[in-house]
Amino acid sequence: MIELQNVSKIYNQGDITEMCLFDNFSLTIPDGQFLSVVGSNGSGKTSLLNIICGSIPIEKGKVIIGGKDITKVPEYKRYRTIGRVYQNPAMGTCPSFTILENMSLADNKNKRFGLTSGVNKKRIDYYRSELASLGLGLEDKLDVKVGSLSGGQRQAMALLMSTLTPLEFLILDEHTAALDPKTAEIIMELTDKIVKEKKLTAVMVTHNLRYAVDYGDRIIMMHKGQVVLDKENGEKERTQVKDLLTIFNEISIECGN
Amino acid sequence: MLDLFIKTVTQGLIYALLSYGIYITYKILDFPDLTVDGSFPLGAAVTAVLITNGVNPYLTLVIAMAIGAVAGLCTGIIHVKLHVRDLLAGIITMTALFSINLQIAGANMSLLGSDTIFSLLPLGDMGLIYRKLLVSFVLVLIFKFVLDLYFKTKNGLLLRGTGDNENVITTLAIDSGNMKILGLVIANAFVALCGAIVCQEQRAFSATMGTGQMVFGLAAVIIGTTLFKRFSFVKGTTCAVMGSIIYKTCIQAALSAGLPANLLKLITAVLFLLILIVGSIGHKGEARS
Repeated sequence: MIELQNVSKIYNQGDITEMCLFDNFSLTIPDGQFLSVVGSNGSGKTSLLNIICGSIPIEKGKVIIGGKDITKVPEYKRYRTIGRVYQNPAMGTCPSFTILENMSLADNKNKRFGLTSGVNKKRIDYYRSELASLGLGLEDKLDVKVGSLSGGQRQAMALLMSTLTPLEFLILDEHTAALDPKTAEIIMELTDKIVKEKKLTAVMVTHNLRYAVDYGDRIIMMHKGQVVLDKENGEKERTQVKDLLTIFNEISIECGN
Repeated sequence: MLDLFIKTVTQGLIYALLSYGIYITYKILDFPDLTVDGSFPLGAAVTAVLITNGVNPYLTLVIAMAIGAVAGLCTGIIHVKLHVRDLLAGIITMTALFSINLQIAGANMSLLGSDTIFSLLPLGDMGLIYRKLLVSFVLVLIFKFVLDLYFKTKNGLLLRGTGDNENVITTLAIDSGNMKILGLVIANAFVALCGAIVCQEQRAFSATMGTGQMVFGLAAVIIGTTLFKRFSFVKGTTCAVMGSIIYKTCIQAALSAGLPANLLKLITAVLFLLILIVGSIGHKGEARS
């Protein structure tokens, strides 16, 4: 379970550009839930993910994961149970490493990075079968440098790498936004499959309203650091893209756009 | 002529150890580490004082490396824990080391008459310039294999990954800051080792011998990696060694052509600029990084 309790986030505190994004913001994401987050630019979607992962500090409130208060735990330690995929496909892989080296690195997460061989040859068959499940032919390119792959291939690798070892939470930050529609579809289906197979608690930020409607079991819409729509289960299934668009338009009119 | 050639290659080999250090900070971690200009004479100062006090010259190399590592640790902590920018962190340590080096060995120190790693070896009546060539070649080779092996270990992958994409290392639940510190520690151990060997080779220490060493190392690494980037089987350490030898040869050629020795650092700087310009022209053609 991921819990944000009375979180306040102020950007540029004390500066003339001070901006209070979250004021007493609370959100609970139960175990095993696949939550989609939509909202306009600047509504606080990515900040929400950054707060969960500890990439940015908060001024007030608590972040609780799996019953433990992790508000003061540094970002890198939080990734012991969290996997994260970013909007930019370049963020999730090491470009000058081969596919095999990238897979080995990811495979060793939460284990000791000592002075034993970086690539475990016994695991190569396992990597091949995992890569084959992507359906992109990467299993035959183990010695190719990841930097020479396309954005879609790299994003697929990033998704695979972030979920290769046992984990509990998956954070998806507009992870299909930089991809063409067909590749985005492949990545989205793969994401859904992984979340279901590994029974993960997932939070997905997306601008694609159809993905938000089609996938996951809860949808929230954010606006100015607040949840303006929250639908689960049956209610969520009845929610359609045009319903979301209507609310989007109402918000825009309110803002005078 | 042959003697001059051997001396030049020997210089290139000795300074290859410094290039290893720069290869780690600059090429792997993308960290412009100015500590080098201070940790190089630091290694020299340590070895000079220890040798005059009768310590075994080989043992002084180990101690020089350890103390160089501490210098790297300082820069690492200043940068990672105190959040000072990379270049400034190096400058701070370098400046402090200048005084520390003066405290250790004074402004100048001569090792004339003392045994060195070159003279101690039981190689019969082999000439000193051949001894220097042999010893430096063996040292460079040993450390090349050690580094190549390390880069292939899990920890080595982490270090390379930290420079390649720090974000991946963070999401692996590893503190990438610690990896940077480790890189600086290893790199400055090599730089101090190089300083110590140069000191024994010249049989002299001078507090100003560190000036321009970082630029030299950068130039060597950039020459090496630019020349051999088309050959993926050539390892980074090999590039560092080759770059070092080529660069020392260029400078020796300039001196032999009659340029006064006082202009040495000027030549170093101009050559480095040329390399950067040529290197950046070569980079424009690359589509994906």
